[in-house]
Amino acid sequence: MSEPELTCRELVELVTDYLEGAMDDATRVRVDQHLAGCPGCTAYLDEMRVTIRVTGTLTERDLSAPVRDSLLHAFRGWRRGLT
Amino acid sequence: MPTPPETTPAQAPRASVEDMQLVRRLRDGDESAFMELIDHYHQSLVRLARRYVSSQAVAEDVAQEAWVGVFRGIDRFEGRSSLRTWIYRILTNTAKTRAQREARSVPFASLGGDDEEAAVDADRFRPAGDEWAGHWVSFPNQWSDLPEQRLLGDETRRVIEEAIDRLPPNQAAVIRLRDVEGFGSAEVRDLLDIGEANERVLLHRARSKVRAALERYLEEDR
Repeated sequence: MSEPELTCRELVELVTDYLEGAMDDATRVRVDQHLAGCPGCTAYLDEMRVTIRVTGTLTERDLSAPVRDSLLHAFRGWRRGLT
Repeated sequence: MPTPPETTPAQAPRASVEDMQLVRRLRDGDESAFMELIDHYHQSLVRLARRYVSSQAVAEDVAQEAWVGVFRGIDRFEGRSSLRTWIYRILTNTAKTRAQREARSVPFASLGGDDEEAAVDADRFRPAGDEWAGHWVSFPNQWSDLPEQRLLGDETRRVIEEAIDRLPPNQAAVIRLRDVEGFGSAEVRDLLDIGEANERVLLHRARSKVRAALERYLEEDR
């Protein structure tokens, strides 16, 4: 019942499993214990959360006019076929 | 035109009330409903199609063909999955069919040979033999104290966009669907035909590299 302590190098590879909730309880406890005593890994986890949050704000550029026209043309063609 | 099965992976959301309203407008031939959809999804669909076919031009074509599949299938949409998931599945089916015609092997079939990549450079950790082997040489910085406008500025987002573009295609596909588009894990596995473990490895590598790119950018002038 005495697993060796996780190193920081090991912990950074477990971050995604941790955030995804894809981790058995024993491993989660080891990660939590490490985090509780390690400001470096706590900062790393915070950076990863920020990364995910900012990635979620990426937005698409506007469609170019030719692409939009071509798609609308297809849509109108379908609609005419409908009616 | 392959018609997608409306199967629902466990945990995947069903169509929302808003989805069904949009579906009704599409069925009525409402052009503004279609514009909403293409503005949201077309470029993302093209990028996803790019995973399966040989060129940007073919990917554009596949996405257009998928939209035709969307109008043609819209009367049969029952809302067992979200509208978005259904559209993406039409795209992946269309792209796979095209890839077969191009005699190109569909990606994700094998992930073999994907070399071990560390999330963080080895030299950030103390070497073997050190009393603190495997621990940080110097701690990463908290980013929470950075001003929001720097974190969410155009330049920061450009750094992320470029980092994603540099990723191997499978990693890029997973991080875009999960973290940019906001699909759930089950939906992404279903769309890309990959297993849970693969999806997580791809996501992990992708996020780790995006974080590293962000770190280089945010800390270059600290």
